[in-house]
Amino acid sequence: MVSSSLEELSLMADVLIVGGGMAGAWAATSAAQAGAKVVLADKGYCGTSGVTAAAGPGHWWVPPDPPAARDTAVASRIAAGLGLGETEWMYRILDQTWRTLPTLARYYKFGVDDEGRVNYRAVRGPEYMRALRQQVLDHGVTILDHSPVLELLARSDGSIGGAGGQRRQVGGRAYRIAAGAVVLAAGGTSFLSHLLGSQTNTGDGYLMAAEAGAEMSGMEFTAAYTIAPAHSTMTRSMAYAFATYYDVDGYELDLPFGPEQTVRLARALQRGPVYCSLDRLPDDIKARLHTISPNVPLVFDRWGIDPYRDRFEVTLHNDGTIRGIGGVRVDDVNGATSVPGLFVAGDNASREKVAGAISGGGNVNSAWALSSGVFAGAAAARVARSTKSRSTELSPLGQAGLRPRGRPKDVDKAAARDGVRAEMHPFDKNLFRTGAGLAASSQTLEGFWNEVANHGQASSIALRETAALLATARWSVATAAVRNESRGLHRREDHPVQDARLAGRLLSGGLDRVWVALDRRSAGVQPGQLKAVS
Amino acid sequence: MIELIVAERCTDCGACIEVCPANVLDPGRDGLPVLARVEDCQTCFLCELYCRADAIYVAPDCDRRVAVSTEDVLASGRLGQYRKHSGWDEWAEQFPNEQWLMENVFRRAGEAAAQAKVTSADVIRTK
Ligand SMILES: Cc1cc2nc3c(=O)[nH]c(=O)nc-3n(C[C@H](O)[C@H](O)[C@H](O)COP(=O)(O)OP(=O)(O)OC[C@H]3O[C@@H](n4cnc5c(N)ncnc54)[C@H](O)[C@@H]3O)c2cc1C
Ligand code: SF4
Ligand code: SF4
Repeated sequence: MVSSSLEELSLMADVLIVGGGMAGAWAATSAAQAGAKVVLADKGYCGTSGVTAAAGPGHWWVPPDPPAARDTAVASRIAAGLGLGETEWMYRILDQTWRTLPTLARYYKFGVDDEGRVNYRAVRGPEYMRALRQQVLDHGVTILDHSPVLELLARSDGSIGGAGGQRRQVGGRAYRIAAGAVVLAAGGTSFLSHLLGSQTNTGDGYLMAAEAGAEMSGMEFTAAYTIAPAHSTMTRSMAYAFATYYDVDGYELDLPFGPEQTVRLARALQRGPVYCSLDRLPDDIKARLHTISPNVPLVFDRWGIDPYRDRFEVTLHNDGTIRGIGGVRVDDVNGATSVPGLFVAGDNASREKVAGAISGGGNVNSAWALSSGVFAGAAAARVARSTKSRSTELSPLGQAGLRPRGRPKDVDKAAARDGVRAEMHPFDKNLFRTGAGLAASSQTLEGFWNEVANHGQASSIALRETAALLATARWSVATAAVRNESRGLHRREDHPVQDARLAGRLLSGGLDRVWVALDRRSAGVQPGQLKAVS
Repeated sequence: MIELIVAERCTDCGACIEVCPANVLDPGRDGLPVLARVEDCQTCFLCELYCRADAIYVAPDCDRRVAVSTEDVLASGRLGQYRKHSGWDEWAEQFPNEQWLMENVFRRAGEAAAQAKVTSADVIRTK
């Protein structure tokens, strides 16, 4: 740990929640409602941290009446999910979201549309997270802000009994929390792209889960990208639904609104700069854009750009596992992992079962973050109740970036972080993938990983984050290399079509040595399939 | 990235230091928060939203520093713009939260795209 003269802070809880974004805040509420004493620790500030806080999540929302509506929604999502979704899970989150979201009305003023109907599904990020923080506090939860969790702690039987971290606004004071159960809700990662609100999400929850023995699922699906004005973080896509695009010579590009738009935009960006105009946005929306999404017009205004008349340069920022779908494999819909005492929620978990092989952004992700938080919080509270021990005899599990395998020495963090960006962001490497390109990425990442894991001593939070970014990138690249086909977000230039034998989820894991294997429980998997996966 | 805190407006309430998710600010000796780690700023504008004194200016540029002067920012009238348009605090009655319109926009865009497919001859490569 960062050396600090302060004595370690020691706390006890029934349930510890790691991460205070949407999923963590719902998990904390749910665990407290189940009677647990809850501590929530966030790297930043619960209320502004995480990708929800700066955005505006629309939830997957289908009322139970008429019943056919949910059947239709689930059936179409199963079809769109290309064999990786699970019907049962989709019904569960639709139902939970519909029941739970309106209960926030005490803290969040839901919008009323022009016909006077309350709209629950579309909420504004800063207000939503502010409301969730208040709800969490009113439930008696202890919040530790600016307190990144650095590692999990295990009991002698291997079950998870707490976590340790550092209070970065209290002189780097170390803390440890002994708990009956732990919920990881530390979000996904954009591999440090400029995706809005994503800088505290460095994949820490994935690394900590793997160190405890959990496996990942769906890590190949990191090729999601979102448009933003060049040099800005404003990856909010609504206004672009009506965009017109131009190349550098002023010729209009054929980039119609629809599912293929991002890929076509990426190809255009490979050829040169792309400019955009929002002149086709309907006038009534132009007039209200600042009260729909106030941070969107703000960017243009400060740059002196009139987006309805001028053409401005655009770019794409990588979404990684955020609007991608990989994460810790969830064993059952209650958020249990394969490790006793350890639960996951939100983007920290794989969303393949609810989103399929395509992005969960725009609706499913939020419904999942909310529902999985509610499920995991309640389940963790149940486990904590039956686990009498709040043992302080706990072993720390942190490895890379905390405890070097070899002789400690200074590691060039900046180079390693840039290395992750350089493998995970470029279109020719992560969006338009090839076997040869993935092999080269793997080799580069392996080099950085060895450097950090062998020599990185516990000198800073950033080094631990670097280890997490590298671990996540390695799983992603390894899984993408095994999926010798194109499916949903995963696109292989050398295998452009779907392969029916690969209609299953791919698990991955391992720290020193990365492994990939077929999840035999995938709905589409027949016995004897997939010899290709080693 | 955050570029400026206007000293004469800041009331030293400490809110920005607390809410900044990236821990960019430190309490300063003279009371004013210090921009201690601007390179960590994630350009989320949330410090502005929480500053009731409208003292903070975040430039939209996330990958380059820009020169910003207090005089220009004060003259631009943009301080507090995000908090105002968000309808926070004293602005609640004048600026309603219309986030719910978002799905309406996407729906209309989908319809327009479907319509364009049906009716349009190619308009590619016209200026
Ligand atoms: C711009 C944008 C718009 C989006 N819009 C939509 C939408 O309209 N509909 C939709 O369904 N989805 C949308 N999504 C996706 C959706 O926002 C996410 O799926 C959702 O926020 C996930 O919630 P979460 O709590 O898992 O993660 P987050 O909200 O990212 O929260 C993770 C939290 O964990 C904390 N953390 C990280 N590491 C640590 C650590 N080591 N210790 C302690 N805490 C840690 C972080 O600080 C953060 O607070 C959007 C995403 C983006 C980027
Ligand atoms: S929130 Fe505003 S008033 Fe308060 S300390 Fe920060 S800059 Fe000053
Ligand atoms: S813009 Fe966001 S990250 Fe930057 S200083 Fe303000 S709150 Fe912090």
